[in-house]
Amino acid sequence: MTALTVRRSHPSLALAVAAGAIMWLAAWFLALPAANWAAYDALGLARGSQAGDSIAFFLFDVPKVLLLLTGVVTLVSFLRSFVSPERVRRALAGRGVLPGTMAAAGFGVVTPFCSCSAVPLFIGFVEAGVPLGVTFAFLVASPMVNEVAIVLLWGLFGPGIALAYMAAGLVVAVVAGLVIGRLGLERFVEDYVWQIKAAGTIAEARLTLEDRVRDAWRSTVDIVRRVLPYVIAGIAVGALIHGFVPTDLVVSVGGRDNPLAVPALVALGVPLYSNAAGTIPIVEALLGKGLPVGSALAFMMAITALSIPELVILRRVMKPQLIAVFVAVVATGILLVGYGFNLFIA
Amino acid sequence: MHVIEILGSGCQKCQSTEKVVREVVESAGIAAEITHVTDYARIAQRGVMSTPGLVIDGTVVLAGRVPTREQVAAWLGVA
Repeated sequence: MTALTVRRSHPSLALAVAAGAIMWLAAWFLALPAANWAAYDALGLARGSQAGDSIAFFLFDVPKVLLLLTGVVTLVSFLRSFVSPERVRRALAGRGVLPGTMAAAGFGVVTPFCSCSAVPLFIGFVEAGVPLGVTFAFLVASPMVNEVAIVLLWGLFGPGIALAYMAAGLVVAVVAGLVIGRLGLERFVEDYVWQIKAAGTIAEARLTLEDRVRDAWRSTVDIVRRVLPYVIAGIAVGALIHGFVPTDLVVSVGGRDNPLAVPALVALGVPLYSNAAGTIPIVEALLGKGLPVGSALAFMMAITALSIPELVILRRVMKPQLIAVFVAVVATGILLVGYGFNLFIA
Repeated sequence: MHVIEILGSGCQKCQSTEKVVREVVESAGIAAEITHVTDYARIAQRGVMSTPGLVIDGTVVLAGRVPTREQVAAWLGVA
């Protein structure tokens, strides 16, 4: 009976996936002409006017960002069903410091992370004997360098900036992990964490292909719904910048000639809580106004990697000293990325 | 009498998991004691690193995703 059900359900699964892919492609190719028509014909906006440019930016970006987001999240959620944090932990425990740290940063790119599971993740890593520095490399890389950031950057700015962001983010995560590991800060982890001994393993049933596809789609709907307000808000802010903020202002305040621009953007980014998807439209608008690439990347990293809600959650497992070191190390890394890119990329 | 624990930190998926479990238990009309564990130390003790987790009669059957009704019914032996 079960075998029969499975066999019968496969064609409909393939059909659903194919239909989804075709709809996505159709929407992708129709989005730009549709937005063009909506902005300049239906709404009759004047090209070059401030309000017109703002609204056009919004109308172009909403479908583009949402389609990229939906596509990549679906794909990655599916791939992720093969990489559980439990497996990552097993792979990371008992490696050397450098390979362990690099692997942790790499896993951070592909593993699911939301600040709500930061604490069980942290305890789980530490409990399995993953060194503190390695754990931090993961905690830094996970929210900052992820598939959403890379695909959105790639889709909006091309491969150069996307790969630069990814490489810089991984370097920040690895260096932060190595530094924190070297500092020997174990005593600043809350004491109860060291006393936890996990009992038993997870007797999880094997997933079928259909389970994985269905789970991927469900978590996509869940994730997109959750980040939607941030994305819309981000695009709206980006649209306002695009239409109303004068280029001269961005260049004089945030340009290379102002040595304090990068730290100011990092300081501005930390209290802003958003995810990559909500941040990129703002970065897009700022880059368009002449903000140097390094400053833009630093701003984005500060928003995604360091956020106050996450720090509040981490306080449950870390003493304030450790949180302070974490913020200081990561912020320094981000500053260096900002200055470095501003220096070397014209 | 089943003992069911939902391990969750209050995330959206944890609420959905509890809802699915309660629906299955109710529609099958079986006796079950359902608790929602939010204490991180207790969650971690179960070896669960991604919430929601689901524990049925002492065994962790799921971590990191929302189960379907069919899966929960199978674990409870009411499929």
